[in-house]
Amino acid sequence: MAIPPDEVRRIAELARLEIRDEDLERLAHDLSAVLDYAQVLRRLDLAGCEPLSFAPPEAGLRDDEPDGRGLSQADALAMAPETEGGFFVLPPVVENLEP
Amino acid sequence: MSARESWRLSARALAAAVEAGECTPLEAVNCGWEGPAVAWERDVHAVAHADPEARAAGASSAAGGPLRGVPVVVKDNLCTVDYPTTCCSRILAGYHAPYDATVVRRLRAAGAVVTAKSNMDEFAMGSSTEHSCYGPTRNPWELARVPGGSSGGSAAAVAYGLAPLALGSDTGGSVRQPAAFCGVFGLKPTYGRLSRYGLVAFASSLDQVGFFARHTGDLAVAYAALAGPDPWDATTRPEPAPDVSDWDRGVEDLRFGWPANLWAEGVQREVVEGLEEAAARLERAGARRVALELLPGDYAVAAYYLVATAEASSNLARFDGVRYGFREEGARDVRSLYTRSRSEGFGPEVRRRILLGTYALSAGYYDAYYLTAQRARARIRQEYRAALSRCDFLVMPVAPTLPFRLGEKLDDPLTMYLSDIFTIGANLAGIPGLSAPVGPAPGGLPRAVQLLGREDGEGVLLRAARAIEVRGARALLGRAHEAEFAWPTKR
Amino acid sequence: MAHEAVIGLECHIQLRSRTKMFCECRAAFGAKPNSNVCPVCLGLPGALPRANRVAVEAALRLGLALGCTVRQESVFARKNYFYPDMPKNYQITQYERPLCEGGALPVEVHGTERTFEISRIHLEEDTGKSFHPERRGERPVSRVDFNRAGVPLLELVTRPTFREPGECGAFLTTLRRLVRWLGVSEGDMEKGHLRCDANVSLRPAGTAGLGVKTELKNLNSIKGVEKGLRAEIARQRGILESGGSVEQATLLFDAEQDRLVIMRSKEDVQDYRYFPEPDLPPLRVDEEWLRRAREGLPELPWVRVARFQAEHGLRAEDARVLCEQRDVADYFDEVARAAAAPRRAAGWIMTEVLRRVRELGAKVEDARDRLPAGRLAFLIAEVEAKRVTAATAKSVLEESMRTGADPREILAARGAAATGSPEELAPLVRQVLEEHPAEVARYLGGRSGTLGFLVGQVVKRSGGRALPQVVRRLLLAELEARGGPGA
Repeated sequence: MAIPPDEVRRIAELARLEIRDEDLERLAHDLSAVLDYAQVLRRLDLAGCEPLSFAPPEAGLRDDEPDGRGLSQADALAMAPETEGGFFVLPPVVENLEP
Repeated sequence: MSARESWRLSARALAAAVEAGECTPLEAVNCGWEGPAVAWERDVHAVAHADPEARAAGASSAAGGPLRGVPVVVKDNLCTVDYPTTCCSRILAGYHAPYDATVVRRLRAAGAVVTAKSNMDEFAMGSSTEHSCYGPTRNPWELARVPGGSSGGSAAAVAYGLAPLALGSDTGGSVRQPAAFCGVFGLKPTYGRLSRYGLVAFASSLDQVGFFARHTGDLAVAYAALAGPDPWDATTRPEPAPDVSDWDRGVEDLRFGWPANLWAEGVQREVVEGLEEAAARLERAGARRVALELLPGDYAVAAYYLVATAEASSNLARFDGVRYGFREEGARDVRSLYTRSRSEGFGPEVRRRILLGTYALSAGYYDAYYLTAQRARARIRQEYRAALSRCDFLVMPVAPTLPFRLGEKLDDPLTMYLSDIFTIGANLAGIPGLSAPVGPAPGGLPRAVQLLGREDGEGVLLRAARAIEVRGARALLGRAHEAEFAWPTKR
Repeated sequence: MAHEAVIGLECHIQLRSRTKMFCECRAAFGAKPNSNVCPVCLGLPGALPRANRVAVEAALRLGLALGCTVRQESVFARKNYFYPDMPKNYQITQYERPLCEGGALPVEVHGTERTFEISRIHLEEDTGKSFHPERRGERPVSRVDFNRAGVPLLELVTRPTFREPGECGAFLTTLRRLVRWLGVSEGDMEKGHLRCDANVSLRPAGTAGLGVKTELKNLNSIKGVEKGLRAEIARQRGILESGGSVEQATLLFDAEQDRLVIMRSKEDVQDYRYFPEPDLPPLRVDEEWLRRAREGLPELPWVRVARFQAEHGLRAEDARVLCEQRDVADYFDEVARAAAAPRRAAGWIMTEVLRRVRELGAKVEDARDRLPAGRLAFLIAEVEAKRVTAATAKSVLEESMRTGADPREILAARGAAATGSPEELAPLVRQVLEEHPAEVARYLGGRSGTLGFLVGQVVKRSGGRALPQVVRRLLLAELEARGGPGA
């Protein structure tokens, strides 16, 4: 089952990834190959099989106590590409607004 | 043994030497660099980040403990405050974590010193360590071949002697397979036994920190130092980790499952011979073989590549150029900032898997892909539990082939994925797995077998690995005898 | 063709807890930007969440108070989307299996008791705050502060059960009262503790289907909610009545300019790719926890309103006023039990105590500390027995609240027993009449209202102790003797 190139573009958009035109076909092919292979799961008898979750509920909840993992403002900003006045700075969000 | 030669020692022996004053922590940490690294590192390229000052600082502040002064190589996806943590990806170039991963903290608390960050497939996505932004790691046994992946750097570093212990991570086999390809021991614990806090997440429900050593006794010491609940990781099991101090006890009362249907075809002859050798040693040591059948690994591969990529697509969304990491300059708005930074910063394999995972989760496909895969997982776990109710551990291949050549599997992602066919099941089922070397094949390449245990069955796996290590000689068990390690020779 | 509106609300309630939802950073505000963060809420590589028990407890309390069904095993899920205020570019929330479902809130609307149905309540984490458009030098930029990221939120979604904006306003007011009552949240919309988005659609009156709905955001106050809804309903009505059809969209309401701004809807509906959060176990609430939470619920506001009317004989409006805040209601209960006249007590609390609390800029709990129920009850009893005038009592109350002194001591110090004795008051009456000939003349000239002024002057002259009724009698007698009205 081949994934249509439009669909690949839509998925790429969701993931915030660019796809060059010359790569599109190859990518669609690679993705389709893996997904086709995944059809093998249909042969499994999954009666009574609930989706698996490992995390043990007994691990429990955390008490509402402040603790020592906090970062200083300097540490929080240390790895940022651009900051100013304690804020992270980035190109503007463009909200498409019309009155 | 002089301090200069101490890189040959096991971790336990080295810690004892440091404790006895026979060498200083600094000597212990530097000897791997001054000896084997000079001979090997330029060709093998196991290391992603080295820092003589950091390791000197680590050595001088080494705590007392069972691993006192022992150098440990840490995979580049585990956070360390004194070295960069980049997951060998451009998108994290220059990133320094402000905190240590829990397992790193515990290592340091046991006296160990972080001696390097190792090379890996970018974001742990790969089975050959060919997908690193720093270039590939090569197998010390044969430089034209891969060391396995994604923890290839850690495996190779232990194999050639840079350190006696290394941390890696295993999501679909990324500790066990490079261990096998490099001729060292590799352990992936039960899911939830080692904290993932500070392990840069690939697939949250599959990832586990694992480790490499040249001796089973070292695996036991490392496990004891690292395993146990962590309040900062809600997926760790709350009760104390199993006690593995009887790792040298032998296997007389144990049965091993033998699912020969899995290697009836599609597995290299040398690999099968390695299995037979391991079985012989186990039986010599008193274990009993139980023939049984297991579900073929195709199902596991299919389920894995849906679940793992789905979780990864979400875990990797945080890499967006805003708070840390690579940012593409000149973006006019946030949307293009994200898209350009991520497209430039992530390598092709990572981008491919993010797309696959996004697809598997997306509206209209979720039920057919992600949900089905999670249900298949439950089925697969059932299979392993059923098999492991008839025996104490399973013996099977690690990979269908001996280490393959660089470039051999790069053309077709699916081929690369299928090489994980034997290791993936343990991650899906959350059970522990151990790769034990059984000595080189006639052509000189390392062979190994995979041992799989019940949940919290690490103790049994260590006992079995030990029996294989001493070639089944019962007389050598129980005395913590240090077995010979087969070092790679330069070819 | 007449259209009716169908409105549903989606409320986000910021919880009062010491720490954030999934990490131990403080859930407090006002700090300098990005100084209240840790690897978890900043979304650093390798960080992992751990859920806050108190936040779950708060969600339980609200759910139980609203009569919801509580799921004993609910699941956290990831909602995946990219935005600068999202540290991980996914939000940990609850999707298919939320903590609470069903339930309803009793609301008084225009004097009638109604109930509005709730669809679900679940836990999630708040985002950081992004600011745009801003400038850095010449460049347009956005700025982001993650201090708020990870603060616990409850999302409460109603069924599309409202038919007009006034109902929504009443609902939000009642909800605000309830979350404060339960100690779950400060509930202040202006501060963002309570946020509300609305979904609005129109349909032909009397039909059952649902029209195309639009989403209304940026509603920052209860008034804003009502105004925004009115504007949107009018807009949709205009479209439908001119034969057009409503397109799905998200709109922001600009309260200052009183206008709607359409955010052009994205190419397609957002695909959030929800899946269960693998880093967190399912949330288990066992029988024991449920039982304790249920038992720990205070008497709910609407129940207390009813009880104040039944047990203390209050009028409905007074009961509602006293039950706007729990500590006021508790205070009233105490005073009512200590005093013989609950209706008087209600009046005193509403007009005197609360007013002074506001004037002093204090909190109700300070008032209760300064003027414990017993003391207020004493003052009320003194006035009832006419041992003290109301004016004196008010003045004593003010001093007591200000200084914390016991009213009994204040009264003793002032020697301020009320007096209605003609012997004592007659001289004062005569003095006042002598000193105010103009007013006397006015009164005698027919301005009977001047009497009030003269009464006031005598009471003042007596240091507030003169009983006004007695003063009035004495004045009238004197004035009549001097010529009487209309003479």
